[in-house]
Amino acid sequence: MAQLISRLRVWRGAVLLLAGLYFLIPMAASVWFSIDDVNGTIAFDAYTGLISAPGFTDSLVLTLELAVVTVVVLLLLLVPAMIAVRLGSPKLRPLLEVVCTLPLVVPPVALTAGLIGVLRWGPDYLMDTPFFQTFVFVQQPEFPLVLVIAYVLMALPLAYRALDSGLRAVDVRTLVEAARNCGASWPRAVVQVILPNLRGALLNASFLTLALVLGEFTTASILGYQPFAVWIYSVGNSQGQMSVAVSVLSLLITWVLLLLLAAAGRERRHKTATAS
Amino acid sequence: MSTATLAPAGRTTTSATVEFRSLRRQFGTTTALDGLDLTVEPGELLALLGPSGCGKTTALRILAGFETHDSGEVLVDGEDITRIPAHKRDAGMVFQSYSLFPHLTAADNVAFGLRMRGVAKAERRKRAHELLELVGLPQRAEHYPHQMSGGQQQRIALARALALQPRVLLLDEPLSALDAKVRLSLREEIRRLQQELGITTLFVTHDQEEALSMADRVAVLRAGQLEQCATPSELYSRPATAFVAEFVGTMSRIPCSRTADGQVEVLGHRHPVDGDLPADGDLHVLVRPENVELTPAADGPAQVVAASFLGAVTRLTVRLADGTEIKSDVPTETATTLPLGTHATLTLPPRPVLVDRATP
Ligand SMILES: Nc1ncnc2c1ncn2[C@@H]1O[C@H](COP(=O)(O)OP(=O)(O)OP(=O)(O)O)[C@@H](O)[C@H]1O
Ligand SMILES: [Mg+2]
Repeated sequence: MAQLISRLRVWRGAVLLLAGLYFLIPMAASVWFSIDDVNGTIAFDAYTGLISAPGFTDSLVLTLELAVVTVVVLLLLLVPAMIAVRLGSPKLRPLLEVVCTLPLVVPPVALTAGLIGVLRWGPDYLMDTPFFQTFVFVQQPEFPLVLVIAYVLMALPLAYRALDSGLRAVDVRTLVEAARNCGASWPRAVVQVILPNLRGALLNASFLTLALVLGEFTTASILGYQPFAVWIYSVGNSQGQMSVAVSVLSLLITWVLLLLLAAAGRERRHKTATAS
Repeated sequence: MSTATLAPAGRTTTSATVEFRSLRRQFGTTTALDGLDLTVEPGELLALLGPSGCGKTTALRILAGFETHDSGEVLVDGEDITRIPAHKRDAGMVFQSYSLFPHLTAADNVAFGLRMRGVAKAERRKRAHELLELVGLPQRAEHYPHQMSGGQQQRIALARALALQPRVLLLDEPLSALDAKVRLSLREEIRRLQQELGITTLFVTHDQEEALSMADRVAVLRAGQLEQCATPSELYSRPATAFVAEFVGTMSRIPCSRTADGQVEVLGHRHPVDGDLPADGDLHVLVRPENVELTPAADGPAQVVAASFLGAVTRLTVRLADGTEIKSDVPTETATTLPLGTHATLTLPPRPVLVDRATP
């Protein structure tokens, strides 16, 4: 028995090591390549050049803004809808599920092509109506809302899955009824009882959406905007060492953001656990 | 126990009367409540008993404000509560499924209602602690629901339901998810608390033993209607209908025949009929095992075919020539002298008997 366990442990170690190497070797190689100077010393030229390259801050800020707005819009759309369906008409649940999963079968290229079609067609027909302004507004380069629309659609299935698994773990109906029985009106019951129990799911949904927006390239590039992923591509194309520095940097940024989000979630949980 | 601090002056003596008047509720084609009439007296524990789907939960949920009724009235202390939203109903409820808020500790769960009422934090803590003591779990105050057993969770849920000193306590099969032993002790505890607080209580169950052992009165429901509402002993000894008779306790059915003078003849004896005699059709007499007297006799018409030991008595199943099976309780000492296959005669006490149409 003990022998079996120790053998298992060895195996586990080996697998972990292999997986670790699989991830770490390319990364270490990239880092090494990006800081290796011609005369064998270490230099951070690629990174400093990158950060001072035109458009770095702009594109990064744009991406972060897009990510935040997408997460907010998505959660505001999905959470009330999913809770309402559970409370009010459980029969509509399969319908909601199908609608939310549908974007999965539409490839980003097709979605973008469709968007372009609408964006082209719209202004011609709506020239003299207020809708024309809407078309202009959603496409302004400082903050292209049209990308938010596209990202919300693309992240819908991911966020839905994450929230759905969270909602499955709580008996929404009974908890709301119990809260109402304790004197909470039902909006208050949802906010004070359901949402706190969905924290993990909300966090997961935000995670996935954030990761998607940070890495999205196709739609933004075809529509001609320059969030971080597109900017990295355009910069990296021009210089070998810089292109590798760029991928290392984008990895780091993504990790930092996800870690921040996780830390925020953990902190709140810790707070509720100790407060009483 | 700190009942005095929990129930301020006057509260215990003004527990509410609850009245359901011709309450109807339909879900599509199923009729959950079909004109339910029922009055719960102040301070009593009334058990709602009935088979699955007879509308017990629906009645309770209408009273709590989670469900609406199509017609009829629900009155609390004579006041129609239809228009009062659930969160202002002043009725504490314990649910069948575990319903504690998972993100809150036991103390915070109990204090939740007080928080909704805007009670100050210090006062909330004090009251939550008193209530936890009342249900015997003061040491669990800082535990989360997932750290507690089912029985403990239901106790906390009970404390939470009592926290706002409701006029009515509603319990929807609060014990059904618990194992037998915990169920027994919690049953007694609920009853003790209810009597201490003198709170009007509606207790839904489909376990007749639970209903009979706890309640002041038991209301037997059938298909959305009240079949009988009476004290446990009355229900058992004088069931109003055959349905009640068979639902509460054990009943055997014995075929019988009419006599010209409106009596029935069963097992070779004439008996007057208790209640109405059905106008036509074949008839059965309903008898409880303890009322069937069994005398061993070599030429008797009945034969012992099964025995089950119940402690002081043993319940024998005897079969008549026509296949009818009748249960009879005999003292266990006597039962040991009656092996399977023993022939016997059966007699019923010379009293009016309950008669029902023969069911196929
Ligand atoms: N929300 C609903 N939608 C449709 N039908 C319902 C609903 N609630 C109850 N019913 C139906 O109404 C009838 C009565 O239900 P209810 O839950 O009151 O029964 P019950 O006596 O509590 O049964 P149980 O002992 O199984 O809990 C059942 O036939 C049930 O299927
Ligand atoms: Mg029920």
